[in-house]
Amino acid sequence: MYELTGTVDWSRAQFALTAMYHWLFVPLTIGLALIVAVMETIYVRTGKTEWKGITRFWMTLFGINFAVGIATGLILEFEFGTNWSNYSWFVGDIFGAPLAIEGLFAFFLEATFVAVMFFGWNKVSPRFHLLSTWLTAIGVTLSAWWILVANAWMQYPVGMKFDPAQMRNVMDNFAQVALSSVAVNKFFHTVTETWCIGAVFVIGVSCWMMWRGRNRQACLRSIKVASVVGAVGILGCMAFGHGSAVDVARHQPMKLAAMEGLNRGKIGTELIGVGILDQKAFDAGEADAVKCKIAFPGMLSWLANGDANTFVPGVRDIIEGVSLTPQGDTLNTVPYTERMAMGREARTALETYSTALKNGDKAAADAQLPVIEKNYKYFGYGFLESPEDAIPPVALTFYSFHIMVILGGYLLAIFALFVVASFVPRFGKWLNNKFVLFLGMMSVPLVWICSQSGWVTAEVGRQPWVIQDLMPTGVAISSIPTSSVIVTFVIFAVLFTALLAAEISIMLRQISKQSRTDIQEVSH
Amino acid sequence: MTFLQAYWWLLISVLGAILVFLLFVQGGQTLINSSNSPECRKLMVNSLGRKWEFTYTTLVVFGGAFFASFPLYYSTSFGGAYWLWMLILFSFVLQAVSYEFRSKPGNLFTYRTYDTFLFVNGLVGTVLLGVAVGMFFFGGEFTVSRVSLVGGGNPVISTWAPTHGLEAITNWKCLLLGFAVFFLARTQAALYFINDIKDARTFGVSTRVSVLFNGVTFVLLFVGFLVVLFLQSGLRVDPAKPGNVVPVANIYLHNMIDMWWTIPVFLGGVLAVLYGVLRTAFSNSWNKGVWWSGAGTVAVVFVLFVIAGFNNTAYLPSLTDPSSSLSVYNSCSSPYTLRTMAYASLIVPVVIAYIWITWRKINAKPLTIKEVDNDAHSY
Repeated sequence: MYELTGTVDWSRAQFALTAMYHWLFVPLTIGLALIVAVMETIYVRTGKTEWKGITRFWMTLFGINFAVGIATGLILEFEFGTNWSNYSWFVGDIFGAPLAIEGLFAFFLEATFVAVMFFGWNKVSPRFHLLSTWLTAIGVTLSAWWILVANAWMQYPVGMKFDPAQMRNVMDNFAQVALSSVAVNKFFHTVTETWCIGAVFVIGVSCWMMWRGRNRQACLRSIKVASVVGAVGILGCMAFGHGSAVDVARHQPMKLAAMEGLNRGKIGTELIGVGILDQKAFDAGEADAVKCKIAFPGMLSWLANGDANTFVPGVRDIIEGVSLTPQGDTLNTVPYTERMAMGREARTALETYSTALKNGDKAAADAQLPVIEKNYKYFGYGFLESPEDAIPPVALTFYSFHIMVILGGYLLAIFALFVVASFVPRFGKWLNNKFVLFLGMMSVPLVWICSQSGWVTAEVGRQPWVIQDLMPTGVAISSIPTSSVIVTFVIFAVLFTALLAAEISIMLRQISKQSRTDIQEVSH
Repeated sequence: MTFLQAYWWLLISVLGAILVFLLFVQGGQTLINSSNSPECRKLMVNSLGRKWEFTYTTLVVFGGAFFASFPLYYSTSFGGAYWLWMLILFSFVLQAVSYEFRSKPGNLFTYRTYDTFLFVNGLVGTVLLGVAVGMFFFGGEFTVSRVSLVGGGNPVISTWAPTHGLEAITNWKCLLLGFAVFFLARTQAALYFINDIKDARTFGVSTRVSVLFNGVTFVLLFVGFLVVLFLQSGLRVDPAKPGNVVPVANIYLHNMIDMWWTIPVFLGGVLAVLYGVLRTAFSNSWNKGVWWSGAGTVAVVFVLFVIAGFNNTAYLPSLTDPSSSLSVYNSCSSPYTLRTMAYASLIVPVVIAYIWITWRKINAKPLTIKEVDNDAHSY
């Protein structure tokens, strides 16, 4: 497709590697920051020193995790420039703004007050320390806001117009960029998910300590806080996840079809609970390519449109030009072959426009403007070689989506279990049960798998677009040799893996060591 | 130049200047192994460990602000000088974890490894950031053609020399600035230790020899850089047609003279650095040197950025195709984005205020070995 195909593939691999490692550490930072802030609030309000000990125990683990998230985040920001230089120019006018605001409004806040959190116990008043802890928690959450605004904009590019003279998109409405429904849903879905991760981490570690017969009172107190945060988190995550799914149905119908392995839609489309995607049958265009499935009739239509008797298009419908109106009705839209022709026309007109402008022929340049304006909506399709290029990897999208949903349901049950066990006295004995403690521990890896699966769904499902409909990922690339990217990919893979191993090792040693002492008595 | 273009170049200049000052953290990391005393090393690491995030955050904000205000620079330089930027990034990844992990049980690689990481970041981070800034004056081997985006085959709008940034690392002029930044960072670190650590001189954390050796080496390198800079030719840009450029001899000297106000700021900065270094070196009790030197550094670096980008000058001259050179005119964001971001930047005084307040609270008393030993979060 392009001369730089190898560079594109390796750059994608490198970005995915960095993003996935980044998302191992950051959600724990955000979730744990909230839980630590709640615990410290209880300490300051009640004056009970055991809560100070508990706060400091979790704060130590927070500190170990904090730095690696920062390290991987730095790489992510600069990789937009190093590996995706075309992208950086084509939409930098819009995309750069949230990144800069993130730095100004969020990074300095967390970097400043996290130092007070760690080193200020004996240097500032308890109230100022509590304020610092909350400001750190707010800082890391604000940081998520702006980076998710940037991500949402790539999936739903609004608040902009194309400037042919500059050969780039420029922002014309910041509020639309920052407050689009996609951005709002994505932010709350993601942040509430981080609460779940922080909560599961606290519950899992507490369960391990109780399993070993250590610090029972501190663990019960920690589980009380974590289970409430987790329960609120999972309910919010599901509600805003539904909002995100509706956004996907509206603005990225191809992604929704891939999430469900849907080749052909119908009135009252079913929602797949579990199933096996038959890739050959899917590629052959079979209407029902998901085998051995448990499905809920009409449910996908209901989730997407609020009405079980509406149409949800499949991959083939979309390519052929059948899609969904904002009201949820069937609509014959522009088929992909036509979109590709329009995209090519926009490209040719732009090239002619640029040449005319360079030669000083303003009249000839101006003559191209209506052609560009008419066809620009499908500019990105002009880079595709066949309509099938617009189909994302269906199997990966399908399975990652279903793993996320199933594990989300599991987490709801787990949080319900621990809330009941923590707050209803007659069920308190559940926390003596080894199986319940085992469930708590086992949930730790599962919550991360759930979270990573969500991101795989979001990012793989939107392929081939780096900016929906406007720029395919392959066109966003930098002109660098494939060998260079392979080398940096390997270095990053080794480095991040080593750092992850070191972090896990330190965490385990720290938990093991501190759990042998009375956590609630920590007084320094 | 519009007000917003000027405003954003000035803001980038301020951020760049503050970043160079904050590189004292990196400079300090290269001084850790200069002491044989474990207590001294522990004091140095813990003193720096309470500030490293400011440098890190400023670097991230500097990058983000450049992306938002001058996206063509972000696109051209980062995507082109790939190896230069990747080496800088690798070194900063090593730094981020080293403080937190170095003394923790179970860290897998021993504290010596993490201290080596800190040294690598201190050396590579400062020298290569200096090299990257050096390209503002001594140029890069690249071309920009926006119309490539709609052509077939290779759609990339900018192409760089096949060495992808390694040529800048071997350019002696860029390296001269790089090593000047390195020794400046070490000098500032020596001054910072004296300010932040109780009895740093008598304890041997920072000595007169350290301040003088690094300070004098910096001054020699910086004077050499200034000579090269003022003899350097550059490109004057036609604001109406930024692709039209004219070579001008001694352009940076001319810029300084044309913008007369930069001269007192620059000289004031130089004198402040010299005052901070010399008074600290020859006093047994004065510990405010880092503030004088830091303020001077900010002033001098600010002026260097200003003469690189103002007065219709190409701030990233192309050695391959002068018409591809980047200036504030052809690389900036749209007026709407610059205006929106300008409103957002009004938060800066608030940010500076809360950083100042918390810095004062945490640094109210100089650091002692007793405090480090008693702190559960010590490094």
